[in-house]
Amino acid sequence: MEHTTINLTLKVWRQKNASDKGSFQTYNVKGISTEMSFLEMFDVLNEQLIAEGKDEPIAFDHDCREGICGMCSMYINGRPHGPWHGTTTCQLHMRAFKDGETVVVEPWRARAFPVIRDLVVDRRAFDRIIQAGGYISVNTGNAVDANAIPINKKDADNAFAAASCIGCGACVAACKNSSAMLFVSAKVSQLALLPQGGPERQTRVLDMVAQMDKEGFGSCTNTGACEAECPKEISLENIARLNREFTAASLASEE
Amino acid sequence: MAKENFLTSSIGKKLVVGLTGLFLISFLVVHVGINSTILLNDNGETFNTAAHFMSHNWVIRVMEIGLLLGIIAHIFMTLKLHFENKSKRPVGYAVIDGKANSKWYSRSMTLLGTLLLIFLVIHMADFWLHTKKALYITHENENSYLEVKEAMQNPLLLVIYIAGFFSLGFHLLHGFPSAFQTLGLNHKKYTPIIKAAGTAFSIIVPGLFAAIAVALFFGLV
Repeated sequence: MEHTTINLTLKVWRQKNASDKGSFQTYNVKGISTEMSFLEMFDVLNEQLIAEGKDEPIAFDHDCREGICGMCSMYINGRPHGPWHGTTTCQLHMRAFKDGETVVVEPWRARAFPVIRDLVVDRRAFDRIIQAGGYISVNTGNAVDANAIPINKKDADNAFAAASCIGCGACVAACKNSSAMLFVSAKVSQLALLPQGGPERQTRVLDMVAQMDKEGFGSCTNTGACEAECPKEISLENIARLNREFTAASLASEE
Repeated sequence: MAKENFLTSSIGKKLVVGLTGLFLISFLVVHVGINSTILLNDNGETFNTAAHFMSHNWVIRVMEIGLLLGIIAHIFMTLKLHFENKSKRPVGYAVIDGKANSKWYSRSMTLLGTLLLIFLVIHMADFWLHTKKALYITHENENSYLEVKEAMQNPLLLVIYIAGFFSLGFHLLHGFPSAFQTLGLNHKKYTPIIKAAGTAFSIIVPGLFAAIAVALFFGLV
């Protein structure tokens, strides 16, 4: 692809801390390489802000910058992780934008994800959902022989697809109800589909859904926005599985 | 961890909406089936027989109470979910590109449902109340066909009805397949069939209702 540079107008959400009201600030960036990632463009902007000394650099989450850690979380022009399908913000390249375009960048918005500073939100609600049951309680010891427990190909594939969720929270950000059901369903599914997850299958789904509701996420209304925006393309089939698992476990529960 | 009450859990509430929705869909099948007899163009003979059966059969009377409870449960739970879900995002986005990831009608179910409810109130005031009055108060032998035909001469009512059928169609277009997803029925082989059936249902049922209304207005039947 031809290497060109573009100029952009950025409208970025600035907020000093959790209690600050916050507002949009407008910045101009020039000579942005179309081969840069969206985060690299922010690095350029931050260097510019530091050099000018007028404004504090913009705080944003990032870690691996190769689409696997789930840290980056920007709501770009009305969509989590921007305009590209199946892509995290760090893997979104500047060729996705036109020269002279105005780009609006906001943090994830949800009661359960309060803004800490600028574009950084507190996503520990997800950690607490995992702590409520998203694991297997036994010590697994050394890795056992891969074929010690036979697992059919379909279940292995579906479990793997669910396990590719990186917990970035784009599903919550995209959902008009701020529902975390795509995330929770992926985490329930990856264990429910495999024999190792069997013994705790029912308590796990009950505990994780209870924690999800306690954290203040909304209820799914099946718009499908989460699936469309998920950088790991987690399927809505997982939410159906979560619904089945939860309903069956609730009915079977003796409490 | 203390067990959550199923009916107050996020998934339990969805299930109530889905199940009552499917129940209301089953009612639509009966309603459109009976109304379609008007299109037989037999001067309302079959329609009146069917209407008479529906208003004089005790099984249907009991079902009618169930239907009312179903509608109330559906409305109560969807409104509860609507306001709860709204409260989960106290600070909204400045820019939302909704069409990039979902259909407008799937995001507007509360609005479509409210329009349907307004339509329903007008509709009940027009026909249901009249039928009940004839049945229990005046004890007259009503000619349902003539009543419907007469009411449908009003162009304003026709417009309201057509608008109601559009709301119904889009409400069903999301609600029909969505109910199955909520019940946990999502399958590579069957979901495409459910979706196709849902789309067909959302076009055929409101379409038939509209066709009857238009045919009555223009005196074709």
